[in-house]
Amino acid sequence: MLKYAAKRILLAVVTIFVIMVVTFFAMNAIPGGPFAKEKAPEPAVRAALEKRFHLDRPLVEQFFLYTGNVLQGNFGISTKTGREISTTIFESFSISARLGGISVLVALSFGLVLGSIAALTRNKLPDQLIVFFTTLAAGVPSFVLGTLMLLVFSLMLKWFPVWSATNQNYVLPVIALSLYPMAHVTRLTKTSMLDVLGQDYIRTARAKGVRPSLVIFKHALRNALIPVITYIGPLTAYALTGSMVVEHIFSIGGLGSKFITGIDNRDYPMIMGTTIFLASLMVLLTLISDLLYSAVDPRISFD
Amino acid sequence: MRTQRTDKMPRAQLLSMHIDVDQFIPATDEEKVRHERMMESTTFLKDGLRKLFKKPLAVLSIVILALLLLTIIFAPMIVPYGYDEMISVNGSRDRTAKNLRPMTYSVNEQKAIEEGQHIFPHIFGTDENSRDYFIRVVYGTRVSLTVGLFASLIVLFIGLFYGSVAGYIGGTVDLVMMRIVDVIYSLPDTLMVILLSVVLDQVLGTSLRGTALGNIGTNMISLFVVFALLYWVGMARLVRGQILSIKNNEYVLAARALGAGPGRIITKHILPNCISVIFIATALQVPAAIFTESFLSFIGLGVQPPMPSLGYLANAARGGMQTYPYKLAFPALGICLIVLSFNLLGDGLRDAFDPKLRR
Repeated sequence: MLKYAAKRILLAVVTIFVIMVVTFFAMNAIPGGPFAKEKAPEPAVRAALEKRFHLDRPLVEQFFLYTGNVLQGNFGISTKTGREISTTIFESFSISARLGGISVLVALSFGLVLGSIAALTRNKLPDQLIVFFTTLAAGVPSFVLGTLMLLVFSLMLKWFPVWSATNQNYVLPVIALSLYPMAHVTRLTKTSMLDVLGQDYIRTARAKGVRPSLVIFKHALRNALIPVITYIGPLTAYALTGSMVVEHIFSIGGLGSKFITGIDNRDYPMIMGTTIFLASLMVLLTLISDLLYSAVDPRISFD
Repeated sequence: MRTQRTDKMPRAQLLSMHIDVDQFIPATDEEKVRHERMMESTTFLKDGLRKLFKKPLAVLSIVILALLLLTIIFAPMIVPYGYDEMISVNGSRDRTAKNLRPMTYSVNEQKAIEEGQHIFPHIFGTDENSRDYFIRVVYGTRVSLTVGLFASLIVLFIGLFYGSVAGYIGGTVDLVMMRIVDVIYSLPDTLMVILLSVVLDQVLGTSLRGTALGNIGTNMISLFVVFALLYWVGMARLVRGQILSIKNNEYVLAARALGAGPGRIITKHILPNCISVIFIATALQVPAAIFTESFLSFIGLGVQPPMPSLGYLANAARGGMQTYPYKLAFPALGICLIVLSFNLLGDGLRDAFDPKLRR
């Protein structure tokens, strides 16, 4: 177990390092530095500026300077707004985290319930309806769903208010963000539930006379949950990246929409900072869900 | 009072251990015949296709994809408009043809029709630059499908090569190669795709300008590069797993004893035995690629305007979506149809061709 955990943690650290290397050198490969604008400063001023921001040093040294700054939570200054990027990230991330968190919870809880129902009523009407729904949901990209819902429910029918800072309505964004992972969780739960229901210990429990409800909740569902745990990592990652588009559509000022604005403005320090922040967060969450998985299921062997 | 029917077994309760009588169905005539004499032998392909065509959803998705394919091949030949052509009447640009509703004509066109000219209807109307919207959606579908297919092929080839080498050689080479895959696999793909698209767009844009490749659009090329760099790892893992499970079979040993080289063993003895699994994975890669392309186009990193793609059109239509909701509906519907059909087709193929699921 310890060896496995150490291996996974090492992989996570290497991954985060690779992310930083890729991000930094990719951004530096873009022609034109921060001072190569239409109004180019005097050579002397420019040299002073480059010295001030350590741009006269070799690229590798710049990378380690940047890494050191990032580790201290300093992502630099946005070239567009001139604000500290770390402030922007931490301000807007709370909105994204709330949106993503609710979506993950919704996807997990609905997915688990629907998946269990589908497994218990296999090949009957409820199962067929759920399969139909999950197939459909897996084919609709979140941006299509989000835009259509905004159009129909917010603008045409006016059932839900359009997002504003004072009137925050999470219903439509959460639906748009959680439908696709919900379909995935449903499928996953159904497969693993069917697998568990076919096991001998379920029959033993029933033969002992344990009530069906108790068998389902205590014996079946608990064991069927295990594969779903591994999906929590990718699910949160999906919610974080998916929230970019959803925030963009519903004009929610979260981290995702800041990222897209950064792309639109070609605000490279902003893109760099957000990418490193989000990517590291995703890697960490995947790490946690993998470790949790191995802690929950004692049957897993560590090679 | 509830009446008990005696001619039927009581309905089985949840998790009950009663035998469900409904599961016992009489044998069909075909099955009865099969008990008496051997059926003629069938090939793997024939048997799989027979199973595939028994699934209504798979057949439906094939029909939808075929219809879409026919439309995007033949529509540009029939419809007399180009995807970047502003509508003109009698040789001069028609300024009244902006934002027409589906199947309507502009004022100038109406006049021309009254004069006896034949004007092809705007099936989906026109956009704000008075371009025929139907042909733009058709070209958008073309672009999206092409991106999906090509990206899947790139992923297939790289994954096939890398996975075969790692799986066949094994040992330290395999270990090192798979650690690299592990790292790339745990990179958050969407973020990296966005990052690389931003960078490649800038880097390639300056170096490719004016060349033949530049005409395809730098964003398109960067999309393919991104797929080639990131998305092959899943395929490589799959191929490696397949090869590891096959390479210890006796027939591989026999081939090696007869002096066959590794290249021949991989292509002649191993790959044919796992080709169905790989093919299915490729089919399921297509909707994923289309998804990614439309996502990137939607956030402004996809194809180069005026070239349309479905995601680009959907994004462009958001501007006036309250006035012209159909402009959003057509490309959105297109994406959903394509992704859904490919998903269903991939599922159907898996059920029909995956040896592990065969009974």
